[in-house]
Amino acid sequence: MKVRGRVAVIAMACLLNGISVPYAIAQAGDATDRGSSKAVSPQQKWPLPVDDEEYRLFTLVDVLEYRPSTAKRESGSDYRWDIEGWYGGDYNRLWFKSEGQRDTAFKADSDVDFQLLYGRFIQKYYDIQVGGRVETQSFRGATVTRAQTVIGIEGLVPYNYELEAALFIDLDGKVSGRLSLTKDFMLTQQLIFQGRVESNMAVQRVERFTTGSGLNNLEFGVRLRYEIRREFAPYVGFSLERSFGETATLVRQEGGDPSQVRLVAGLRAWF
Amino acid sequence: MHNERTVISRRLLLQRTGALGVLAAMQQLLPACMVDSLVPVIPPGIPSATLSGEVIDLQISEARLRVDNRSASAMTINGTIPGPLIRLREGQDVTLRVNNLLAEPTSIHWHGILLPFDMDGVPGVSFKGIDPGTTFTYRFPVRQSGTYWYHSHSRGQEMRGMYAPLIVDPIEPEPFRYDREHVVILSDWTSESPGTLFANLKKLPGYYNFQRRTLTAFFDDASRMGWWPALQDYLAWDEMRMDPTDFADVTGHTFTYLLNGLSPSANWTGLFQAGDRIRLRFINAAAMTFFDVHIPGLTMTVVQVDGQNVQPVSVEEFRIGVAETIDVIVEPRKEHAYTIFAEAMDRSGYARGTLATRTGMTAVIPPRRSRPVRTMADMGMHMEHQGMGGVETSGASSKPKSSDETIKAEHGNHKHGASHSAGQHEISDEHLMVRRHSEIPGHESVKHGPDDHGTGNQTIAEYSRNMMHEPGRGLEHSPRRVLLYSDLKSLAPYPDQREPEREVELHLTGNMDRYLWSFDGKKYSGAPDPIPFRYGERLRLTFVNDTMMEHPLHLHGMWMYLENGSGAFLPRKHTVIVKPAERLSVAITADAPGRWAFHCHLLFHMEAGMFRVIEVSGHEHGGYS
Repeated sequence: MKVRGRVAVIAMACLLNGISVPYAIAQAGDATDRGSSKAVSPQQKWPLPVDDEEYRLFTLVDVLEYRPSTAKRESGSDYRWDIEGWYGGDYNRLWFKSEGQRDTAFKADSDVDFQLLYGRFIQKYYDIQVGGRVETQSFRGATVTRAQTVIGIEGLVPYNYELEAALFIDLDGKVSGRLSLTKDFMLTQQLIFQGRVESNMAVQRVERFTTGSGLNNLEFGVRLRYEIRREFAPYVGFSLERSFGETATLVRQEGGDPSQVRLVAGLRAWF
Repeated sequence: MHNERTVISRRLLLQRTGALGVLAAMQQLLPACMVDSLVPVIPPGIPSATLSGEVIDLQISEARLRVDNRSASAMTINGTIPGPLIRLREGQDVTLRVNNLLAEPTSIHWHGILLPFDMDGVPGVSFKGIDPGTTFTYRFPVRQSGTYWYHSHSRGQEMRGMYAPLIVDPIEPEPFRYDREHVVILSDWTSESPGTLFANLKKLPGYYNFQRRTLTAFFDDASRMGWWPALQDYLAWDEMRMDPTDFADVTGHTFTYLLNGLSPSANWTGLFQAGDRIRLRFINAAAMTFFDVHIPGLTMTVVQVDGQNVQPVSVEEFRIGVAETIDVIVEPRKEHAYTIFAEAMDRSGYARGTLATRTGMTAVIPPRRSRPVRTMADMGMHMEHQGMGGVETSGASSKPKSSDETIKAEHGNHKHGASHSAGQHEISDEHLMVRRHSEIPGHESVKHGPDDHGTGNQTIAEYSRNMMHEPGRGLEHSPRRVLLYSDLKSLAPYPDQREPEREVELHLTGNMDRYLWSFDGKKYSGAPDPIPFRYGERLRLTFVNDTMMEHPLHLHGMWMYLENGSGAFLPRKHTVIVKPAERLSVAITADAPGRWAFHCHLLFHMEAGMFRVIEVSGHEHGGYS
């Protein structure tokens, strides 16, 4: 079951990557904005002098890593990913995001999510994102799934921290949130040290998703990557993570470990 | 007396001997040609042809250019890079037939040439473009003289090789004497496609910058400046989310810088005899690169800028912005080789050639300089507001004066009424009255208005001021005498000495986090309506650079008279560099009816939307004067 869930998400991501919305559609959209000013002249059949509204596809595999099992643990080694990207222009973008994890301090077994969002560029540094999220996790041997509405913000805050914050509201009105901050420190032009802090919160307890109310977990990670090319960087690092309160209890009941230190090795890539 | 005939016959000789070499080279290259599926490979060093006369034919075709043993897809004019030198005579009429053998539309723009607007060659502004398999005929009278160039105005074609020199010989004898001349055309070449470059910049604006601040750089700075000031400085830039090492969007990481189509190792060589006065016609045909040029051992006397005569200025170095041309005279006295050294502004590479008395001679290549760093002055920070000591390079900027005289032209205060077409602000008359007291507009720093130009613009120059008396960032500590815009004076006063009747202020804006470039925070697609000029009017165009980069602004069809304090001798240019946080004004005589392009000549800034159309209307008879 776990494997199938994961495959499904990857398939969705691949599908989305494969979509190439014909360029003409984007152009047609622009023409409506533009044609308003004057009567039809031959110039309007001319091409545009510059093409400043080209649509692009961007995919960032920020985390794609192998987490070897530690000696004292009974469960085996596992994987984790955090992928996001967009298709669109400078101001309006269709965002997609997916995270997958297994045997973390927050999720005892596997947990996979996928988000599809509309993003609008605002305030010079941020994208406001609105859309939907599907989350699947295993709970007591079964697979549980929920759909959520997402309202988020993503961008660069002062001192060059990448911020990603989102509020998730499920169909029963249960509210949770996620916040992550990352920062790159350049040791050399190609050797880059990334610090990463991530935290989940919830207003209500949702047992099926091993979520207590209040602060769910806190994770601190460092990853040292070497950019062979800008687009392609293997890395090593470690993460310290811990879940709290009710969440920790639920994780423990599921057979998980609410406090972990894990080594990671992976690949950061974008295209 | 200058001896032009010798020069031309020498060129012809070179051309013919060159052609033999090409034939021999082609045979060796045959297997490679077949691999490249019949697209010809241009080996380095084919001299470009010289074309002149009343009717000139140009063919645009695809080829592969080989630079340092690596070949990549290219677009050529008549099969060479640079394309053929077009040599015209002032007063003649010329017909240029451009035949497009590419699989995509193309165009040729005659950079700096005054002509009817429908001959200007900008697809979407002056004509439709030249479709594949068709020929477009340009026809215009040649009404000026000097060094110019021509290039494609379609997407990234210019970067792929479609550029070439255009020289117009004057009717009257030149006001300076020389014995021989060489064209020195600088460019940047990469095997990556322009589309790839642009996409990389859009996704990661610092993609090509491999001179960013690192931990080791921090230790160096800390030992020089002290730990606390260094940390404060690094944090200040971090807080602003800006990169002080951002001098070139595309760098020597991917570019090979070419001089007359040759890489530094291929070493273009221009011959002379000791005692010759040599005229060097420098053209910056690069897509994205400013060059700082010097010739160790030689003083250069600048005699023309953008094809226009100026009062001679002796310098040892000059910065040439993208699309500018600078003509200098040098007098090597010895039987000696001299290196023409054109270092990229960000110091990530250089173009190089040699002046020598015989081929094969070389001279020492000067040491490379370390990369420059932006200061808070580039951000338009008021020194008093700066509050962060220990800025790396000692502030070259003279302290902005905030005395009573400061002109309060807060453009943002003006109403954005319906009468104002998108992307411009008009300054009311009373401001103009105040402005007249200052010889150089922007001599006193001007506070930015409340309009921050929206999400498309990252920062504003809180205080902008004129910097034409400064050499520019990276040259402020040059031991050499560097050409300044304030050095330029036209040789003779131009006829239109009217004071501008009105002023249009344009802010240069951008967002480095997203690689957005615009005017007044709007891309071309957000402000497609032309900026209106009235036929016959004299107006002032004031540029305020709110970004942290230098922008070479190019106006088609009309001269920009640089208001640099030269009184009746304002020099005129087709392309003007505006430095970070600079306020710079040009006067324009709107004497060319029609629609004209106006844009930043950095290729990807233009493609990103730093582009406008200017329409000169109100001319009774249509046509042009």
